[in-house]
Amino acid sequence: MKSLLRNEAVRFVLFSAMILALPALLAGGYLLNVFVFVGIHTLLAVALNLLLGYAGQISLGQAAFFGLGAYASGILTATYGQNPWGTMVAVALAVGLLAFLVGFPILKLKGHYLAMATLGFGIIVYIALNEAVDLTGGPSGLPGIPNLSLGSYVFDSDLKNYYLIWGVTLATILLSLNLVNSRIGRGLRAIHDSEVAARVMGIRVRLLKVQIFALSAVISSIAGSLYAHTMTFVSPTSFGFNFSVELVTMVIIGGLGSIYGSFLGAALLTLLPEMLRAFQDYDIVVYGFLLIAMTMFMPGGLVRGVPELARRLLARPQKGKADA
Amino acid sequence: MNLGQQLAQYILSGLSTGAIYALIGVGFAIIHNATGIINFAQGEFVMLGGMATFFFFSALKVPLVLAVALATGVSTMAGIVFERLAIRPLKNATPINLVIITIGGSILIRGIAMLLWGKDTHSLPTFSGDEPIMLGGATVMPQHLWIFAVTLVVIVCSKLFFSHTISGKAMRACSYNRRAAGLVGIDVRRMVLFSFAISSAMGSMAGIIIAPLTMTSYDVGVMLGLKGFCAAIIGGMSSGLGTVFGGLILGVLEALGAGLFSSGYKDAIAFIILLLILFIRPQGLFRRGESERV
Amino acid sequence: MLRKISFIFVSVVSFLVAAVCAFAAPPIKIGGLFAVTGPASFLGEPERNTAQMVVNEINAAGGIRGRRLELVAYDTQGDATRAVQAANRLIKEDRVVAIIGPSTTGDTMAVIPIAERAHVPLVSCAAGSKITSPVKRWVFKTAQNDALAVARIYEYLAGRKLTRVAILTVSDGFGSSGREQLKANAARYGIRIVSDDTYGPKDTDMTAQLTKIRGSQAQAIICWGTNPGPAVIARNARQIGLKIPLFMSHGVSSKKFIELAGDAAEGIILPSGRVIVADRLPNSDRQKKPLLAFVKDYQRHYRAEGDHFGGHAWDAVMLLKAAIERGGDNPAAIRDQLEKIRTFAGIGGVFSYSPADHAGLNKDAFVLVEVRNRDWTLVK
Repeated sequence: MKSLLRNEAVRFVLFSAMILALPALLAGGYLLNVFVFVGIHTLLAVALNLLLGYAGQISLGQAAFFGLGAYASGILTATYGQNPWGTMVAVALAVGLLAFLVGFPILKLKGHYLAMATLGFGIIVYIALNEAVDLTGGPSGLPGIPNLSLGSYVFDSDLKNYYLIWGVTLATILLSLNLVNSRIGRGLRAIHDSEVAARVMGIRVRLLKVQIFALSAVISSIAGSLYAHTMTFVSPTSFGFNFSVELVTMVIIGGLGSIYGSFLGAALLTLLPEMLRAFQDYDIVVYGFLLIAMTMFMPGGLVRGVPELARRLLARPQKGKADA
Repeated sequence: MNLGQQLAQYILSGLSTGAIYALIGVGFAIIHNATGIINFAQGEFVMLGGMATFFFFSALKVPLVLAVALATGVSTMAGIVFERLAIRPLKNATPINLVIITIGGSILIRGIAMLLWGKDTHSLPTFSGDEPIMLGGATVMPQHLWIFAVTLVVIVCSKLFFSHTISGKAMRACSYNRRAAGLVGIDVRRMVLFSFAISSAMGSMAGIIIAPLTMTSYDVGVMLGLKGFCAAIIGGMSSGLGTVFGGLILGVLEALGAGLFSSGYKDAIAFIILLLILFIRPQGLFRRGESERV
Repeated sequence: MLRKISFIFVSVVSFLVAAVCAFAAPPIKIGGLFAVTGPASFLGEPERNTAQMVVNEINAAGGIRGRRLELVAYDTQGDATRAVQAANRLIKEDRVVAIIGPSTTGDTMAVIPIAERAHVPLVSCAAGSKITSPVKRWVFKTAQNDALAVARIYEYLAGRKLTRVAILTVSDGFGSSGREQLKANAARYGIRIVSDDTYGPKDTDMTAQLTKIRGSQAQAIICWGTNPGPAVIARNARQIGLKIPLFMSHGVSSKKFIELAGDAAEGIILPSGRVIVADRLPNSDRQKKPLLAFVKDYQRHYRAEGDHFGGHAWDAVMLLKAAIERGGDNPAAIRDQLEKIRTFAGIGGVFSYSPADHAGLNKDAFVLVEVRNRDWTLVK
């Protein structure tokens, strides 16, 4: 069983089966709707994890690419009546190109300066979304974005959107798994450990960093387009600094450098507010406390922390026996 | 009214906002230099300063001077408690994990303040009256002079502290090389605690002196913290003049952007210039070498 | 004697039976979506408090047609994604018959498609005019359109031949909606906007914008925002010695603004719902009775001044109550009955819904008030 689980293909099939079977368990309740958002957040977290977890480059402006994708899709389809699918692809490529161009100067920076520059980029995009009222509708948002459709089949229910979004997310996960286990993935990890060493080994460090930055922007933009067509409404507050930080938190809580960890982090942080509703006004305090506690006690993230915890809990009674 | 007078007002307004960013930024830098942590909870100490002063002054009817002292004390204690409970227990935490912990801490502190004091905005009386002072065509409030004075005093004190006291020198040693500092007998953990105490005190001071002008509420810390962080980065994470200039530049850019170009895009203008600065000088505007770090 | 005892006995028993029947029936569930935390908590918190207070009072008075009313309120944090999740939960899990809120225009626009698809009436507490224009079958609102407030200010300005104005609006949903209406309606009153500036919701100093306005030809400034920004602007205007009159929006029509702005608030004129001047209204005013009741109850429950934001929730609950009393607790029936409500005197104004109008108010919903001696006075 264990060796089977180590096999990447088996793991992916099991994970996909679980995801595809989930709606049957949720039976059309509101949690199905929440899991639609878990899908979008997983997509975003995987994209950020490629950058942060594998290449070791922090981005505090990831929500900007998400927002650009969502708004560009929204505006082009709602205001200008373009085809949503074509728009999604074109927008993703455009956002990727933007990230590629911005990436060259930004990724020259390191550490806190990189954090600062990406944060600044995110804030500039947020302000533009907020202020370009004629185009974006400003702070009150952009309504009337159409649902996606294939011919006469419209993705207008939670169930349909669930399968649509998770289809894209699973495909992205598969792609990412292949990527990180390829030459490129090894190159990224080399950069993570030491840029100088990577360069010595003949890796074109700067280009590779910029490429992965652009890739994560493309994925985020697609997530944004899907979000816009699912919600049929977008407003700037969903793409601010707070959301960028939330994405970083998802990746770290889930586990840096683990694709499935990104799913765990995204699921936890999306479901947590729903679970904390019982605390009402205290939820913000509980949320802050949980963030601290989880980082303290599971520094490797859920993906390493949970098995560790399980092992310890299982191991303890045996240890007790040995002592006796 | 001529353009010269307008410009004078923009610059003066910008400088007074910038002084606050500087004070917050120095707090960021001190913790960063002693621990390598970017403390995202720094803005919350600013909030704590203002809110606690309001609480002591209005709810408990304590005289203003005493309220200010008590509030600084409370915020400093909060900084110390935060370090003891959330930072010190971690032995081998990566910097990125520490960032998440400080983000969690900031949410927690904000939440507690919200539950304790509610969501209302509050105002404090100004320290020396409300009569505007004319300065060559531009005006400032007496409170702005307080802001400049306190910023100046704090910066001078921290300079003296870091270059002339044993503790200050020990903290500098930690910032160069924590391991080596430990080897020569410096209690690194105490220095970390110390850095949190100093920077939370500074943050709360910033929060107290601006509250009479800008009002205060449980959520003022986020934006101010962000701006302070920017000031520190422009200044190359220096706990001295670099960050002060960083803050002042940011404040003036914002005011000029709002006045001359577009008030809606003023923050964007400031950030675009920041990005350009970073692209040209990735090590920060004022950083010459490692020796300028503290 | 025996007859008297048996009469009492019978009446007590029948009362108990009636009461048990009433409360054995499942409660009528209504949902609430309020931005209780986050940047729009100045709206969400009084709304949530008021809604809960009104529901408790209705239950204390025997419920609606003998059935208890239950409020299930969720916090949207002023975030569209969370609002959508919460709306789904209200409809699919809590199975509410109607929803009150959300608090902001953005959240409302995000939730509208869900309410429309699920056929659940939504009574929004947000002001944006696009919520109900064009009319959506299941969507109503209780907050006054910003255009009505703008009209009040522009009428006043036009009457005094002040035709060149500067506008300074906050860059969030409230301010941008006001800015849109200020620009759209200016020409109709012969007013020219000579300076159009904004400020961020968390900005701490607006002297730069005001200095720019001082350099323009403006004869009056209209500022559209919610606390604390306008209080900072009032103080900044005083600091740089601006002499032209300053107008605010209904976003600051609570005592809190006067407290924050202090002396700088003197002479500022703003449109407001009647709630802050309830005790000064003539007895003939239809709204006087509900207004006084609301102010008194809110003071008693929360030891705070009831403002007109809370009033939006008061109106929403009371309108739903009226609709349920007439047509039962079926969502479709509630919708139909809401549409038939005429001249309902509430906190925000006198509501008259119709199939063509789901906003229900006219510009009489606002009065102009001026700050004098740290209190409100009606401007005639």
